[in-house]
Amino acid sequence: MTGAVLEVKCLVKRFGGLIATDHVSLEVRPGEVHALIGPNGAGKSTLINQLCGELVPDEGAVFLGGQDVTAASVPDRVALGLGRTFQITNLLTEMSVRDNIAMAVQARMGRNFRIWDAVARRRALWAETDGLLAGTALDTRAHVPVAGLSHGEKKQLELLVALARKPQLLLLDEPMAGLGAAESHEMIVSLRQVAQATPMLLVEHDMEAVFALATRISVLVYGRIIASGSVEEIRANPEVREAYLGAEDELC
Amino acid sequence: MPSPDARNLARRIGLAVLVVALLAVPMFADSSSLSLVTRILIYSIAAASLNFVLGYGGMISLGHAAFFGIGGYVVGMLFVHHADATPLMGFIPGSNQLLVTVPAAVVVSGLLALIIGALSLRTGGVQFIMITLAFAQMIFFFFVSLKAYGGEDGIIVRRTNEFLGLNMRDRVTLYYVMLGFWAVFMLALWRVVHSSFGTVLRGMKQNERRMAALGYAPYRYKLYAFVLSGMGAGLSGALMANFLRFASPDMLHWTKSAALMTMVILGGVGSFLGPIWGTAAYLVLETWLAAQTEYWQLWLGLILLAVVLGTRGGINAGMARLAALMMRGRG
Repeated sequence: MTGAVLEVKCLVKRFGGLIATDHVSLEVRPGEVHALIGPNGAGKSTLINQLCGELVPDEGAVFLGGQDVTAASVPDRVALGLGRTFQITNLLTEMSVRDNIAMAVQARMGRNFRIWDAVARRRALWAETDGLLAGTALDTRAHVPVAGLSHGEKKQLELLVALARKPQLLLLDEPMAGLGAAESHEMIVSLRQVAQATPMLLVEHDMEAVFALATRISVLVYGRIIASGSVEEIRANPEVREAYLGAEDELC
Repeated sequence: MPSPDARNLARRIGLAVLVVALLAVPMFADSSSLSLVTRILIYSIAAASLNFVLGYGGMISLGHAAFFGIGGYVVGMLFVHHADATPLMGFIPGSNQLLVTVPAAVVVSGLLALIIGALSLRTGGVQFIMITLAFAQMIFFFFVSLKAYGGEDGIIVRRTNEFLGLNMRDRVTLYYVMLGFWAVFMLALWRVVHSSFGTVLRGMKQNERRMAALGYAPYRYKLYAFVLSGMGAGLSGALMANFLRFASPDMLHWTKSAALMTMVILGGVGSFLGPIWGTAAYLVLETWLAAQTEYWQLWLGLILLAVVLGTRGGINAGMARLAALMMRGRG
């Protein structure tokens, strides 16, 4: 009996002689925000890419809702409820904000091999899209093409698009990267709201955000998890301070 | 920036002018220019089909001559067996009915696109271009060595297929029949482009990784688009075989694939009307330049270069920019 939404068992990924993921095991339980921190080059992105299916691990297994998805493709994992945001925003740049969200809603609604309907007349699709947009900061920017958005707006849209897919689990790859102080704060507020309904695996450099959101923190260094525990435990852990927090403080 | 209403009105007026002009062509055209316009209509079906995968789907196929040529050969082979009163492959009766041969050509080219697409879409980028080219060349050499159907000489279709009892030997009647097929095809394509599937396909071209992360499996969507595109090119080939009363390996040659791609690029990749303008410009230039000089391809190449570099988006983008300029000029 695991009950975990996401379970990673002894994952290993090698690039030539380099071990990018070194026997990583972790899990995300319902209601949890599991933050994954670590210095640059610790292998966070490599791990995320294996979890979402873009990279195939050399050893180990990934379970989504108890189901083994180690060999499943990206779309198959998405169908099982995995959602993600990208570190470097990855959107449909020629389309508008509204169209980007609609594309996610459309993916969930299905019937997308129809060649004889008119997408503009799918009422349920647009009603839901507008509902998702309403009340967000992007509401007034609905018809702006993504190429015309600011970096902060693109980050918000990344999150909205991922949420539009109604995931059971969210993988967030540095949602704060490149945001200003005010924007970061807004993002923390929205993420806290999302976290009430959706468990998350949060990869983040911004320690303020991590401490504000996480219910559990794992520290990844050189592809290995060196510590895992509650926010207080990690804060107090001397090894973590040495390997990561101390160095980071000096950098900042 | 003109309002959407104004743009809609302009679009409707433009469409009405185009329809009237196309209907009136036989009244003004002599027989050689009527034949030129007919060829533009037929080729633009193939160019628009290629644009569906190339411009909307982002798949650069250099093998669309295979589908175009197969469409022509289906018409040719069915005609031969109809004339001989022998069954094709021992069990398929021949036919000279347009309403039989054209759907047959569309189905066969769709099946061929399914096979070629299923294999080539496992690759991407330059490999995809090369593999589609390689398949098309295989089909080309197959028909060159197929002596039962004329080999290098191809098949002469002595009579254009029969259609609703019309006199298909009359060039004007034939023009209107082709115009009818063209209009039906373009309306259908318009629907497909704006359908749920068409929207997903456009997303695929912009960002395949994002689409996969939303749960769309790229391979299946791209393969479906490739099959639809192959069917369109097959339709074009079947109409061409009826118009020329001839199906030959020429239709399958890789230069035909390149010509279709040139038409698309000249007109504007990924725009609905672009391939039509591109086909018209290509064929008019070809006809005119070939009458001036033996080295017409050199000049065509230079003009293509100028249009592509000068308009950044082909004739369609050039016209849109011109229209915007005029609007602004008027205040």
